[in-house]
Amino acid sequence: MSEPSQTTAASGQATRQDKATSTKPAIEIIGMHKWYGDFHVLRDINLTVGDGERIVIAGPSGSGKSTLIRCVNRLEEHQEGQIIVNGVELTADLKRIDEVRREVGMVFQHFNLFPHLTILQNLTLAPIWVRGTPKAAAEATAMHYLERVKIPEQANKFPGQLSGGQQQRVAIARSLCMQPRIMLFDEPTSALDPEMVKEVLDVMISLAEEGMTMICVTHEMGFARQVADRVIFMDQGQIIEQNEPEQFFSNPQHERTKLFLSQILH
Amino acid sequence: MTDTGYVRSELVAAKPAPNPTSGAVVWAKKNLFATPMDALLTAFGVLFLLWVVPPFFNFVLGHAVGPMGTVEECRAITAGACWAYVYNEMEFFIYGFYDIPQLWRPNIVFALGALLFVPLLIPKLPFKRINALLFLFVYPVVAYFLLAGGVFGLSEMPTEKWGGLLVTLIISVVGITLAFPLGIVLALGRQSTLPVIKTICVTFIELIRSVPLITILFMASIMLPLFMPQGMTVDKLLRALVGVTLFTSAYLAEVVRGGLQAIPRGQYEAAASLGLGYWQRMYFIILPQALKHVIPGIVNSFIALFKDTSLVYIVGMKDLLEAVKTKNDSALEWQSANTATTGYLFAAIVFWAFCFSMSRYSMFMERRLNTGHKR
Ligand SMILES: Nc1ncnc2c1ncn2[C@@H]1O[C@H](COP(=O)(O)OP(=O)(O)O)[C@@H](O)[C@H]1O
Ligand SMILES: [Mg+2]
Repeated sequence: MSEPSQTTAASGQATRQDKATSTKPAIEIIGMHKWYGDFHVLRDINLTVGDGERIVIAGPSGSGKSTLIRCVNRLEEHQEGQIIVNGVELTADLKRIDEVRREVGMVFQHFNLFPHLTILQNLTLAPIWVRGTPKAAAEATAMHYLERVKIPEQANKFPGQLSGGQQQRVAIARSLCMQPRIMLFDEPTSALDPEMVKEVLDVMISLAEEGMTMICVTHEMGFARQVADRVIFMDQGQIIEQNEPEQFFSNPQHERTKLFLSQILH
Repeated sequence: MTDTGYVRSELVAAKPAPNPTSGAVVWAKKNLFATPMDALLTAFGVLFLLWVVPPFFNFVLGHAVGPMGTVEECRAITAGACWAYVYNEMEFFIYGFYDIPQLWRPNIVFALGALLFVPLLIPKLPFKRINALLFLFVYPVVAYFLLAGGVFGLSEMPTEKWGGLLVTLIISVVGITLAFPLGIVLALGRQSTLPVIKTICVTFIELIRSVPLITILFMASIMLPLFMPQGMTVDKLLRALVGVTLFTSAYLAEVVRGGLQAIPRGQYEAAASLGLGYWQRMYFIILPQALKHVIPGIVNSFIALFKDTSLVYIVGMKDLLEAVKTKNDSALEWQSANTATTGYLFAAIVFWAFCFSMSRYSMFMERRLNTGHKR
């Protein structure tokens, strides 16, 4: 993309502020279907995510939450309907896909850090080779985000030497180093020991407070209450309910939602 | 009653272990005589060594005729090697029929090769990129013109005259440096989602793997000329190189594929989600990890290639082994009971030295690359 300066955190935020004034949605999903072989995993998904909007997706295991957000950066291919991210429609055009992926960060349940690279190399690889950022600038940005996630002292270690919570924070920082406009989180805390969940959630909350566009698949309902603009409930490959958090939790409409909430918030 | 149970009031000082836990006797007890079965096996092992080692030692050194010996001495002994023969024919074993006054040319090639290659192997040394570029692109050209001549006033030296260790090393080094990248490309191609590329790679790999190297060398002798313009002959050395490279690349491709399969899908996805393109993902993320997993298999292929060079006699090249065999069969002036055996023993020792070095070096690399991943 042609932003003149992507090298410092400050300019990254400035870019985002500019975007917030435009009314174009960050993500538009229209009548989208997806199959795994014969299995109809996503059915008629319609979802618009505004710029700066924070969305939490909940739903029982196997309901297609991961598949849905993985379609947004085309780790999975959809077969019907449209997905438009940052104004770019996802099609088979590989060049456009890489273009979209640059602007969409993703955080995985199992971190997926690159084990053969140091933390700093994990963070600078994509900015250097995808954005063409000079090494020194990329390292400065990387250190900035490592400080934000509160582990600058780990910069020269390897991922295997860090705890799960630290690794997940590095993974978030790695995505942020690309100065993305949208962040996708796929159950970022569900592989963590309980005492590490908070440190990761804190990072996500501060990110949300800065106005990052976020889609989070998570069962952390406290997080949903605190930062989400909308909670989306999925079941059997469909969005069956969406509402603002207070309404969603206190007044669920659908039987399935009620059952799910009763199981998750006892 | 308020019985709080046993609480230690003072720390326990360290005291010596009841039995020694280290030392030669302990080691032997633990490793050699732990059980009656172990003791029995140890005894058998020692007997076996006593049976094998002394005669071998006597043949190679004890009863042998040294490099400065004469053929008469060699004929006088029955149970020792005739190193004088190897010493006298060394030039043929190393250079084949290369003109003796011109031997400085291969010598420079050897020296230059060592000078550029050894620093590449030592991780601590700087300038790896320049070093690698010199070795991969400049050195082959220089080496070729030095050896073949015909330019800069160097007399022409057809490849038919090259031989011995020189040919063995040329084929191994060129074979390894070409087969390695080709094998990687084939492995990636085999995993491709594009059916055409995948089919081509699978067909190539399966075809080559299901045929012995000898057949491929024969084919290279017969098929290659067919692709060439009329009247143009294909150099024998080139045929051997093509045959050996294609053969090894097919095996390497399968080894590398094994490594690729060991990489979790999350690594591909994380790399993709950062916007890295296909080749960047492979080069920076996937291959470094995949290749590290399969270093033993890769080196296995390299060692196999090194030894397989001895098959190039099929296309009429005299590699080290063939050079030794030629002399063994033809050097009447050196005929004695153990002349041929000594020649083969020499070839075996040279092959062993190279293969063993490769094996040790790969173990060193494995250990080195591991430090970042574990712990
Ligand atoms: N690669 C795949 N091939 C076939 N089926 C899959 C694949 N990935 C997921 N599924 C199936 O699709 C459904 C939705 O999966 P997923 O999106 O991971 O659910 P969730 O994240 O909500 O738990 C599940 O039934 C799962 O078994
Ligand atoms: Mg999931």
